[in-house]
Amino acid sequence: MTLAIFLALATVSVISAILVISQKNSVISALYLVVTLASQAVLYFLLGATFIGVLQIIVYAGAIMVLFLFVIMLLNLKRDEFGPDKKKGQRVLAFLLTLFLAIEILAALKIGLSGGQAVTGVSAKLSIGSPVEVARSLFIDYLYPFEIVSILLLVAILGVIVLVKKRF
Amino acid sequence: MVPLAYYLTLSALLFAIGVVGVLINRNAIVIFMSIEIMLNAVNLSLIAFSQFMGSPAGQVIVFLVMAVAAAEAAVGLAIIVVIHRTRESINVDDVNLMKW
Amino acid sequence: MALFYLITIGKVVVVFTVFMVIVAYLSFIERRMVARFQTRIGPNRVGPAGLLQIVADAIKLITKEEVFPADANHTLFLLAPLLSLIPALLIMAVIPFGDKLTLFGKSVDLIISDLNVGILFVFAVTSLGIYGVVMAGWSSNSKYSLLGALRSSAQMISYEVSYGLSIMGVLMMAGTFNLMEIVRSQASFFEWFIFKQPIGFLIFSVCGIAETNRAPFDLPEAESELVAGYHTEYSSMKFGMFFMAEYAHMLNVSAIVTTLFLGGWQGPLLPPVVWFLIKVSIFLIAYIWLRATLPRFRYDQLMNFGWKFLLPLSLLNIFVTGLFMYL
Repeated sequence: MTLAIFLALATVSVISAILVISQKNSVISALYLVVTLASQAVLYFLLGATFIGVLQIIVYAGAIMVLFLFVIMLLNLKRDEFGPDKKKGQRVLAFLLTLFLAIEILAALKIGLSGGQAVTGVSAKLSIGSPVEVARSLFIDYLYPFEIVSILLLVAILGVIVLVKKRF
Repeated sequence: MVPLAYYLTLSALLFAIGVVGVLINRNAIVIFMSIEIMLNAVNLSLIAFSQFMGSPAGQVIVFLVMAVAAAEAAVGLAIIVVIHRTRESINVDDVNLMKW
Repeated sequence: MALFYLITIGKVVVVFTVFMVIVAYLSFIERRMVARFQTRIGPNRVGPAGLLQIVADAIKLITKEEVFPADANHTLFLLAPLLSLIPALLIMAVIPFGDKLTLFGKSVDLIISDLNVGILFVFAVTSLGIYGVVMAGWSSNSKYSLLGALRSSAQMISYEVSYGLSIMGVLMMAGTFNLMEIVRSQASFFEWFIFKQPIGFLIFSVCGIAETNRAPFDLPEAESELVAGYHTEYSSMKFGMFFMAEYAHMLNVSAIVTTLFLGGWQGPLLPPVVWFLIKVSIFLIAYIWLRATLPRFRYDQLMNFGWKFLLPLSLLNIFVTGLFMYL
């Protein structure tokens, strides 16, 4: 049952990711990316990480993608009329290199997972995805990175405003 | 039960699709979207490991990665808006003043 | 296991039916109430005292001609009303509308899905509702629609921040994201969170009204401003879906306010579900009252209010609540 849901979600994720990168119209790409992100969120729920799953929808699918859509619509981008590649054979080379990368990663995974204990099934403590556990770990063990990220967000806000302002 | 290997394979596949997207597309915004796909693939593997190892550290890292991804998307899109203002195009092949 | 599925399906059917009936009659009640505010009567011809007006409206909407603008993106044009309506319906899945019942020897919680992150689910689904607006405006291929959609979605995003921050006080006091637990932690009348968090209640209500694009925040869809905003080009049942989505969102915001601030389904004599409906109705009547009475905000006043007043106020609310909880 869980396996069936996982396979369905994995298929949806991969197909919509492929459609993101292959569309001519940027708005359609953005919408397929929303589908990819939403299927990722359901995968997180399947893994028991409920807090992060809901955050994925609120932050990624609900805020970042709306930002993308705003920029695409405000820039009034027409269909992708970019001509053929500047360098010949660039696309073929890109596909080949990425295929090698994927094969390398999968080989590393196989080597890494074959030795040692058999890691199958979700761990018994499904509650480590609950907000209580994540918050405990975030505010006690990882408080310093948390504060640094808040400063990073402040810097990002200031950077965006300074970049886009036409006149001070 | 779904083995860990399945999740990691899916993560690797999504990462590869993201890389292809960055290398093939000429539209700056679609390149950004491919970077988001790559970040999501990494998030998926982090959470898979977090559940299988029984430690919430992976989920905390994903939380921070999401915040960083949001900041990066905002700044990147601001840069694209400014480039569009001066050049009327967001084809990355046109942004080549510094090339020899 | 099969009994669990059966009970859940039963709950879904009951909640969906009641929800859709209330949404349908809400538009009728609104027309009568607003009419009374304007010293006229409102629709009272169709059926006894006008109660079958909804049926007449539905028949009219279904039988109207479908208009597709030229060069409109067909798939997105058809998808946008769905993207607006489905999130509005999804939120009802996590609202607790009663205490435990014992059916067939099993104790049934009157909530369809008791998520541990209930209130965060509500925010997630509210964020997804923005896509319906944006897609409707963009796919109509018309200037009015696009402008109306961008304004409307910018307004929704701006008020979403204060929407989330204003209930942090409630969540700090209740200590959980679970909606059933939040209701249970408001045990007696004077422990209702509206007394402990008055500012949070006011900010949340204002942001809720802004989120649903209702008066006085309805500039993006005001008839005198942008023709009809993002649903200018929609006709027939697709417009009907936008219409229903707006009332469904109103009902959702009222239900969330009831759960978080007004003590949910708790009350002395009547059964819990009746109390829940009474409290939701009070808030809905307040919604309609505001629409009938107040003039609209201008767009820049609206954005100023959201970012420069409500956001610092909700942050201050969190700070003061934290201070009081610590001392």
